Amino acid sequence: MKDLMKLTAVELGKKIQAKEVTVAEAVEAAFEQIEKKEKDLNCYVTVCDKEAVLARAAEVQKQIDAGELTGPLAGVPVAIKDNMCTKGLLTTCSSKILGNFVPTYTAEAVLNLEKAGAVIIGKANMDEFAMGSTTETSAYGVTKNPWNPEHVPGGSSGGSCAAVAAEECSYALGSDTGGSIRQPSSFCGVTGIKPTYGTVSRYGLIAYGSSLDQIGPVAKDVTDCATILETIASYDPKDSTSVKRDSYDFTSALMADASGLKIGIPKDYFGEGLDEEVKTSILNAVKVLEEKGATVEFFDFKLVEYAIPAYYVIASAEASSNLSRFDGVKYGYRTEDYDGLHNMYKKTRSEGFGPEVKRRIMLGSFVLSSGYYDAYYLKALRTKALIKKAFDEAFEKYDIIVAPAAPTTAPKLGESLSDPIKMYLSDIYTIAVNLAGLPGISVPCGMDSKGLPIGMQLIGDCFKENDIIRAAYTYEQCSKNA
Amino acid sequence: MKQYETVIGLEVHVELATKTKIFCSCSTQFGGAPNTHTCPVCTGMPGSLPVLNKQVVEYAMAVGLATNCTINQFCKFDRKNYFYPDNPQNYQISQLYLPICVDGGVEIETAAGKKTVRIHEIHMEEDAGKLIHDEWDDCSLVDFNRSGVPLIEIVSEPDMRSADEVIAYLEKLRMIIQYLGASDCKLQEGSMRADINISVREVGAEKFGTRTEMKNLNSFRAIARAIEGETERQIDLIESGQPVIQETRRWDDNKEYSYAMRSKEDAQDYRYFPDPDLVPVVISDEWLNEVKRRQPELRDEKLARYKEEFGLPAYDADILTGTKKLADIFEATTAICGKPKKVSNWLMVETMRLLKENNMEPDEIRFAPENLAKLIELVETGTINGNVAKKVFEEVFANDIDPEKYVEEKGLKMSNDTDEIKEIILKVMADNPQSVADYHAGKTKAMGFLVGQTMRAAKGKANPGIVNQLLTELLNQ
Amino acid sequence: MANIISDETIEYVGILAKLELSAEEKEQAKKDMGSMLDYIDKLNELDTSDVEPMSHVFPVNNVFREDIVVNGDDRESILANAPGEKDGAFIVPKTVE
Repeated sequence: MKDLMKLTAVELGKKIQAKEVTVAEAVEAAFEQIEKKEKDLNCYVTVCDKEAVLARAAEVQKQIDAGELTGPLAGVPVAIKDNMCTKGLLTTCSSKILGNFVPTYTAEAVLNLEKAGAVIIGKANMDEFAMGSTTETSAYGVTKNPWNPEHVPGGSSGGSCAAVAAEECSYALGSDTGGSIRQPSSFCGVTGIKPTYGTVSRYGLIAYGSSLDQIGPVAKDVTDCATILETIASYDPKDSTSVKRDSYDFTSALMADASGLKIGIPKDYFGEGLDEEVKTSILNAVKVLEEKGATVEFFDFKLVEYAIPAYYVIASAEASSNLSRFDGVKYGYRTEDYDGLHNMYKKTRSEGFGPEVKRRIMLGSFVLSSGYYDAYYLKALRTKALIKKAFDEAFEKYDIIVAPAAPTTAPKLGESLSDPIKMYLSDIYTIAVNLAGLPGISVPCGMDSKGLPIGMQLIGDCFKENDIIRAAYTYEQCSKNA
Repeated sequence: MKQYETVIGLEVHVELATKTKIFCSCSTQFGGAPNTHTCPVCTGMPGSLPVLNKQVVEYAMAVGLATNCTINQFCKFDRKNYFYPDNPQNYQISQLYLPICVDGGVEIETAAGKKTVRIHEIHMEEDAGKLIHDEWDDCSLVDFNRSGVPLIEIVSEPDMRSADEVIAYLEKLRMIIQYLGASDCKLQEGSMRADINISVREVGAEKFGTRTEMKNLNSFRAIARAIEGETERQIDLIESGQPVIQETRRWDDNKEYSYAMRSKEDAQDYRYFPDPDLVPVVISDEWLNEVKRRQPELRDEKLARYKEEFGLPAYDADILTGTKKLADIFEATTAICGKPKKVSNWLMVETMRLLKENNMEPDEIRFAPENLAKLIELVETGTINGNVAKKVFEEVFANDIDPEKYVEEKGLKMSNDTDEIKEIILKVMADNPQSVADYHAGKTKAMGFLVGQTMRAAKGKANPGIVNQLLTELLNQ
Repeated sequence: MANIISDETIEYVGILAKLELSAEEKEQAKKDMGSMLDYIDKLNELDTSDVEPMSHVFPVNNVFREDIVVNGDDRESILANAPGEKDGAFIVPKTVE
């Protein structure tokens, strides 16, 4: 079977259900592509043992043949970002400190996929503990952009997005704390959704910023994304921040019609700092939506410039606490030589964490420390409240806010890490969405002159994934036919 | 010579009597091999998340209500960040900014009189695991069975001035919490633990002195000695012109001295912030009223009722309500047999005696109220006499036997058979002609002797009423 | 740079965070933290005096578990990743002197 990996997840799933393709053939195709691409791109921290995957494929095939697995994703190979626990399968967060960690349970979102017959092919590379925007902070080597290996794939879900773009899997799961699905999706020319906070269970997702983290799909198109989201989203009593939604139906929004949708474009997102080619592509894409019946209006959204500082205070503070459990006692790396307990802690953590993680833990510990809590942490939470309010007001007028996913296309390898502030600034268009808990999708909307993909971000109101799915699908269908 | 007074405030940790831990479904059962009551949540596995046990909130509310606190109808959990191996996440989930109960107080009574100890707050939190020190391998071992067991911490104002007051306060809390069934409050087993904040100041001074916090106090005796020891230490420092340093100290009850616990690595900067993994607890008026409605009768109310309803003397009522266990047995037995005074007598006299002889606490009483009620009935109906009853009760106390069956099997019933008793009496009279003569000579004392001889001959099982009646008849024939 | 981070601060934060930085890393950390805080100070332009701090974006509350034991003995898997294990417990350096 040729070109199975060119199919979308849903297309492949259909062929499997129709018995045109076996699950084993799909798995073989994925491994063939991994064989071809992986050594150049390094999308995975762990590629699963092929025999084990084929055994799983046989099991799934049996259930499909018995009519027990009829879902669209049954038998389709998937890559899981390496910050989601997978029972019996190495889960590193791309960190040395979890270099030998084999979870004894599986994350709820991944369980949901497995119940639907998904076949896990490997664990995708990422920025260490999801801290970074380039996948260069991974302890297991950088992932390269499949469109041009001299460029980064974005991050932190860079491995997931590159693996989809390079067709080393049919789709992937990523996680998004400040843009970590949407930005690499745009850099890699794939589609990714960051759902409303609380839509996908965080149980088993190794936390970075707990109040911001959400798991979401990365795939070839909007249909796949909606289908995957429908599969992984669930109310989970094990996650206290999980929200009981009225509806978990996302695929019914797959309509090529934008009529009645009110689109708002924040002027502040299209000013200084935005690459001209990116700007033009996105505004052209908006025109397509306008032609399909949407109304478009520019508006002031001054507050967004405060999103980044607020985000880095909140995310770093939460991270400093979330990552304190990595101490060499219960799991993971422990330093070899130490003198007493505290020395063991310090050496383990100093050797186990990379520079970016240490930087954020230091910052987070500082902003929470005695005398600074009010000035930094509470101030950031108050800013978050203002940003949420500003979005609420915007969504009284608009159904969708359109923004870039990133100010530029993928930068070259090695250009970003030297100046952290500059790297943080590149998250400007995605971060506010996490602070307000909103859903966002990134869809490819063209290429720049260097041949690198550009992504358009559509932001919806809370629990209104269907608005952005519909708009994204409409645009996708039009651009496909154009 | 200057006069000093000791100013004491308490932080009392109480393990709640829930079946499961505060944030996961692991058992809280005591004992068990290391780490057999653990899961990803209470061992801090990456990706695990806490979910609050509702019962913990209800117990905390119950204790708050019983100690006259205001219940914060909007409360939240915060993370207290510090590294220690018994703390699997290296943060403890606790409440700092919005604890569940605030501004309460309880009345205590000591030789110095009555006073109110104010309660600053009560908050919910998780317990830590246990460290076992392995001398053999020169390391420590971590057992997370206790990790995540629910605690409430009751923080008092610095209202106590002596060890007596501290102990009265602890006794009062223990009583209230045991009555609520919220904890068994055993100091030795660690289900109730007190950290003591102590400072001294000159009598009459308005400002408090610098305080120290004493930990590791697991008996009333240790508490009393630690207060005494720390007061002396602080006075010595002040008298010699040295400052008292605000610090945490560990009491060593064997050496009767405390040691500073602080090291350079304990910055004591806990970086509290709201736990993003947990959502606020909102207590509606309905819920609060429901918990109020379910509050059991507490000791002070019981005490009054026992005097009023059962006509018990104050002293007896005080002893019976002194532990919930005794009060429970008293009420259950009385409900069966309807004889409160008799029940009270058995508990006050024989039960207390046996507890003392066996060095036991009332909580360790094992017999069923049904069996005490049966015993009382056996005496009341004249089936057994008082002396036999005492022997039978010892069996009830020790082995919770059924007195009816026991009396039957052992043949302890009193004899009401007049012919049989008459025969014994005639034999006794024949054996003791002098006493019979004495009786006839008007020495009525002889009658008592003959009754005693008859009872002895009947091995205690003859009905004393019948013995008296027949003996009088026979002597006067 | 408005925020000057002292050696003492870096030392102190290192103790809180249990990180041991080399002399070089410390210098870098001072610089990074200083410039991050300068950037964060931008928040002071906002008047937030009437704004309540928002920890959770949605007003979800009262998520509870019933008090029922579900978990059994899972010791083997809990200890599966332990760097040091003895008698069913995790080994750590001695915690008492």
